Amino acid sequence: MRTLSTRHLLLATLLAAGTAQAGTVNIESWRVDDKALWEEVLIPAFQKKNPGIQVKFTPTAPTEYDSSLTARLTGGTAGDLITCRPFDKSLDLFKKGQLEKLDGKAGMENFPASAKVAWQTDDGKTAYCMPMASVIHGYFYNKKIFKELNLQVPKTQAEFFAAMEKIKAAGKTPIALGTADQWESNQTVLTNVGANSWKGEDGRKALIAGKAKFTDPQFVAAWEQLSKMGPLMGKGASAQTYADSQNLFAMGKAGVYPAGSWDIAYFNKEGMDFGAFPPPVAKAGDQCYISDHTDIGMGVNPKAKNKADAYKFLAWLGSQEFADLYTNKVTGFFSLSNHLISVQDPVAKQMLDWRKTCKSTIRLNAQIMNRGTPAMENELWNVSSQVLNGKMAPKEAAVQIQSGFAKWYAPQQK
Amino acid sequence: MKKNICKPLSAFGVHCMLGGYTLLALFPIVLILMNAFKTKAAIFDNPLAFPTAETFFLGGFEKVIAKSHFMLYFGNSLTVTLASLALILLFGAMAAWALSEYKFRGNRILAIYMMIGIMVPIRLGTVSILELIVQLNLINTLTALVLVYTAQGLPLAVMILSEFIAQIPKELKEAARCDGVGEFKIFFQVILPLIRPAVATVAVFTMIPVWNDLWFPLILAPGEETQTVTLGVQQFIGQYVTDWNSVLAALSLAVIPVLILYSIFSRQLIRGLTSGAVK
Amino acid sequence: MKRWHIVLFLAPAVLIYSVFSALPLLDTLRLGFYTTNDAGVAHFSGFSNYFTILTDPAWSSAFWNAMGNNFKFFLIHLLIQNPIGLILATFLSLKGLKFARQYRTFIFLPTLLSVVIIGFIWQLILSPLWGVSESILNAVGLGAYFQPWLGEEGSALITLALISVWQFVGIPMMLIYAALLAVPEDIVEAAYVEGASAWRIFWEIKLPLILPTLGLVTILTYVGNFNAFDLIYSVKGAIAGPNYSTDILGTLFYRTFFGYQSQIGSPTMGAAVATLMFLVILCGVGAYFYFVQRKLTRYEL
Repeated sequence: MRTLSTRHLLLATLLAAGTAQAGTVNIESWRVDDKALWEEVLIPAFQKKNPGIQVKFTPTAPTEYDSSLTARLTGGTAGDLITCRPFDKSLDLFKKGQLEKLDGKAGMENFPASAKVAWQTDDGKTAYCMPMASVIHGYFYNKKIFKELNLQVPKTQAEFFAAMEKIKAAGKTPIALGTADQWESNQTVLTNVGANSWKGEDGRKALIAGKAKFTDPQFVAAWEQLSKMGPLMGKGASAQTYADSQNLFAMGKAGVYPAGSWDIAYFNKEGMDFGAFPPPVAKAGDQCYISDHTDIGMGVNPKAKNKADAYKFLAWLGSQEFADLYTNKVTGFFSLSNHLISVQDPVAKQMLDWRKTCKSTIRLNAQIMNRGTPAMENELWNVSSQVLNGKMAPKEAAVQIQSGFAKWYAPQQK
Repeated sequence: MKKNICKPLSAFGVHCMLGGYTLLALFPIVLILMNAFKTKAAIFDNPLAFPTAETFFLGGFEKVIAKSHFMLYFGNSLTVTLASLALILLFGAMAAWALSEYKFRGNRILAIYMMIGIMVPIRLGTVSILELIVQLNLINTLTALVLVYTAQGLPLAVMILSEFIAQIPKELKEAARCDGVGEFKIFFQVILPLIRPAVATVAVFTMIPVWNDLWFPLILAPGEETQTVTLGVQQFIGQYVTDWNSVLAALSLAVIPVLILYSIFSRQLIRGLTSGAVK
Repeated sequence: MKRWHIVLFLAPAVLIYSVFSALPLLDTLRLGFYTTNDAGVAHFSGFSNYFTILTDPAWSSAFWNAMGNNFKFFLIHLLIQNPIGLILATFLSLKGLKFARQYRTFIFLPTLLSVVIIGFIWQLILSPLWGVSESILNAVGLGAYFQPWLGEEGSALITLALISVWQFVGIPMMLIYAALLAVPEDIVEAAYVEGASAWRIFWEIKLPLILPTLGLVTILTYVGNFNAFDLIYSVKGAIAGPNYSTDILGTLFYRTFFGYQSQIGSPTMGAAVATLMFLVILCGVGAYFYFVQRKLTRYEL
């Protein structure tokens, strides 16, 4: 009896030591929605290839992610792998020495230069996060309502607003959108519907080069679309949260929903019958542009307790298997790697196919413009929400953004 | 002695006002509780109706219990709150006694030094606190929370308790000293029992912010094993925000334990508050 | 008398308070005098952060906006929460009132619940999507007055302040109630015998006697409101919309210190904001002790 228990004890100690040695790779992320997918699909798939490595996905709600991550990085308690926001936010972490250089690491070779742009130094020489996925913006529409009212999927802005008026006349909410949380006003509305106005990358790069101003007509036109959309939002939209908008659309009470492709998963789960169309262009036959935003990357914490395993996981993130799983299981996130992947979800496939006809651009202010004070992202949330609420004229919004931008950005001060 | 000052008519008015306000205080809580037990369709169609046989639904609770560790969170909150409370009361009373009883150099300065803690939110020092907790290797432990909450609660405790100790008649202490009783014995056997009502007041005032804090659990102990109820609920809602059944169930689960504890202890709690009137 | 026991009595409290509260706070104050470069290395920069906050239009407009909102937030508490607390306490302290204990217990209940939970509950109740408040207003014929109060620039801050009042009215109520109970019975009795009305007894006897408590309630409200953060953060996020109309010092500090979304946090600027908050609170408390407390003490004598 006695020997048995001693042996048990010894075994337990050995086991404990074993796990301590192998350690656990902790992943920091803001994707709370995907927690189950990581735990049930992605991590088991990795472990099949790499037995013995423990991986834990520990997301923080998106609103708290950046601040609590900063605190944990400063305090040295952050996880081994860090999900990277694109551009300036992660660049700041890298400059502070809180992300490792990833040049030449296994898996990085599988990504095109266009994907790596979001996570490299300004000179393009050093990469610090592996690109994971992009998201595409457009509109979702309720197929049932469109059929009932005999509406066609709109191609031009005139068609779009005409269709919305019909939905309104039929007593439904035309656009499921609110401004309580504010971020949608910029991320799924302005940079979504505006790309056609400022001609995608051309407009964005002209701003960075100092050759265009926000007060130029092509940018004001974007806010003008917002001011027309405002009255088409539901009653009480100023206090409607993102979740409210999702619910409104999912319950079939609204005609269209300005979407990020990540929303597909939610509406699928709710059993909705919906389709997608790209933001309408000004005139029939115009070149179309879509917001196709490099959104998620993955970097390594220099203070990682388990760096070797973290790099093994990172290498797997660059593999065909991950690209396939991520694109098809975490519906609405599109892998940025060179691997050929067939997208199964019909709406996701539809959105991905826009790339064939429309030109892709990233969110307007994502690169460089977010660096100064006042912070342009926050300003854009604010003015775009106010334009939607009818509290601010499109011109005023443009003036406010431009003056904040010119305040700190030399090329705009000429 | 008990005379009814309010006349019948004005008594009615008083009851109207108090009753009305009580309804206002209870309505939101009742609303959440009753909708938590309904189907999603019923929640939206008729939010003001009580659950009926057709609309009764426990899916929200099942999901919350399956997807989060509610009992664990609750235990964590309870542990942290009780431990902080014990330390605050003991150390606070000891310091209050020393500051109000003994004359020594730096007495006033020390009192003011402690007072500053009432005015400044400890949250302003978060980054330094985090670094310190990391150095002490206490990250993701309940101990870290207890230490920070104790530091946060001590100033108010010292202030309130000092006022009370100052009111204790000198004769009591002097009598004990004449009998040759040691200072520690005087404190623990004479003073502590006398300031019990004040201790109850302090307990209430320090307990509420500790139990409800979101900030420090988020920064110092966000790990799954150390999450408190407030943080757990907040994270859960963040994850299932569109799923109203689950959200309402999570809110109810956060509220119900407080309701139970409150219904058990409300008399002591309110007696503590009122008898420990701060002068 | 040996002095070592004083040290023993003081040591635990002073140690814990110093290590986990005072020193970190001091460190924050120190940080306010530094700036950091891109690599996160700090160097001393004197008062430049304060200069930026108070003179640079981008910073100063945000700071004064938050300050103004914070004052409104405080005033609403002062003018609504505390009078309601006083009225409720006065009623509760009426002799022979039935159900007094039940009223007291229920009205104090919201105070015990987490601000995060309260914020969420009220957001649901006021949500135009759910329509609870709208249908209640409809039932009493006021449906036309329904607005998405939390979303309108003119009403969001007031609505949040009222939610906070709803939650915390129990604290002033209890403190004042306790003070009213402590009013010596013989004075009230004597006045009553002389034929003074309940109204006069309240104004001329009870109120003056509880003035110190009212002062304490005021200063607690002031300190509490200028530290407020949780409710606004949980309902409106750190960006405190619409158009920063609900931004108060706490949310401004959070945004500055930790950053928010693409805004990159600056511990040094955040520390400067924190120091300014500290000064605001210190001034208020100092003014209270200097002007009010002294007068009150004299009054009492």
